[in-house]
Amino acid sequence: MKLFRFFSPATFYPLAGKLMPWFAVLAAVTILSGLYWGFFETPDRLGGTNPQKEYYRIIFIHVPAAWMSMWLYLLVAAYSAVGLVFNTRLSFMLARAAAPTGAIFTFLALWTGAFWGRPSWGTWWDWDPRLTSELILFFLYLGYLALHSAIDDSRRADRASALLAIVGLVMVPVIFWSINCPDPSRCAALHQRSSLANMEPNILWSMLIMTFGLWMYSFVTIFMRVRNIILIREADTTWVKGLVTKEQ
Amino acid sequence: MDTFFAQGGYALYVWSSYGMALILLVLELVQLVRRRRGILARLARLQKINRK
Repeated sequence: MKLFRFFSPATFYPLAGKLMPWFAVLAAVTILSGLYWGFFETPDRLGGTNPQKEYYRIIFIHVPAAWMSMWLYLLVAAYSAVGLVFNTRLSFMLARAAAPTGAIFTFLALWTGAFWGRPSWGTWWDWDPRLTSELILFFLYLGYLALHSAIDDSRRADRASALLAIVGLVMVPVIFWSINCPDPSRCAALHQRSSLANMEPNILWSMLIMTFGLWMYSFVTIFMRVRNIILIREADTTWVKGLVTKEQ
Repeated sequence: MDTFFAQGGYALYVWSSYGMALILLVLELVQLVRRRRGILARLARLQKINRK
């Protein structure tokens, strides 16, 4: 159990502060180069027969945001589970710190999806399995955050919202598999089965670089937020008091 | 440059998507920095009161 000592709020706070600028630089460099490559080094059309026109370029934010919405939910649920099993405060704090960024990416996936759906499918919204399950994921994030802030005792809030996060985990595979509709006439899946191997390499790489960039961005916001949470919750400890005096 | 902003006539869709992404990510960072400043200022005030 010695390992847990390295993951106490008091030791993680300065570590996160040291790592943050590196992740910020990586995020800026990868997002900017991903956008450059996506807009200037890719063909103007996507697909063979009946190709998508320039609006397909929404893909470089839409797909990475949708992936991040699921990855960050897995992160929230994983930290919640670790917190419940080992009763480690920092894991609950990290779970709580990752949720708002996850909610933002879920909203962005839905928003950019609407602006892609309008020119390509002729509709802003449809109750297609994947759109519906992504919307439920958005409500799960909001529910997690609302439940956490509704309970005054932070230890109880941690445990209650952790349980909600773990129960909601069932949505992630639903979103992931909701493309697997082999016969579009049977199930109304607007997201068809597709494979990364079939993609034009420049488009694929721009998308993957953007995903990496959003991961780095998420590390920055999670570290910033977890530092804020630590400051509030550890306000009565001598190390936070010393830190506040030093910051003056 | 004009052709870049026009996006083949799909400027509304492309820039609404990237614009919202930019707004939300920048707002999130600004909010986190402001929150940190607010917390530190409040903790400093509390210390001053306790010292008196």
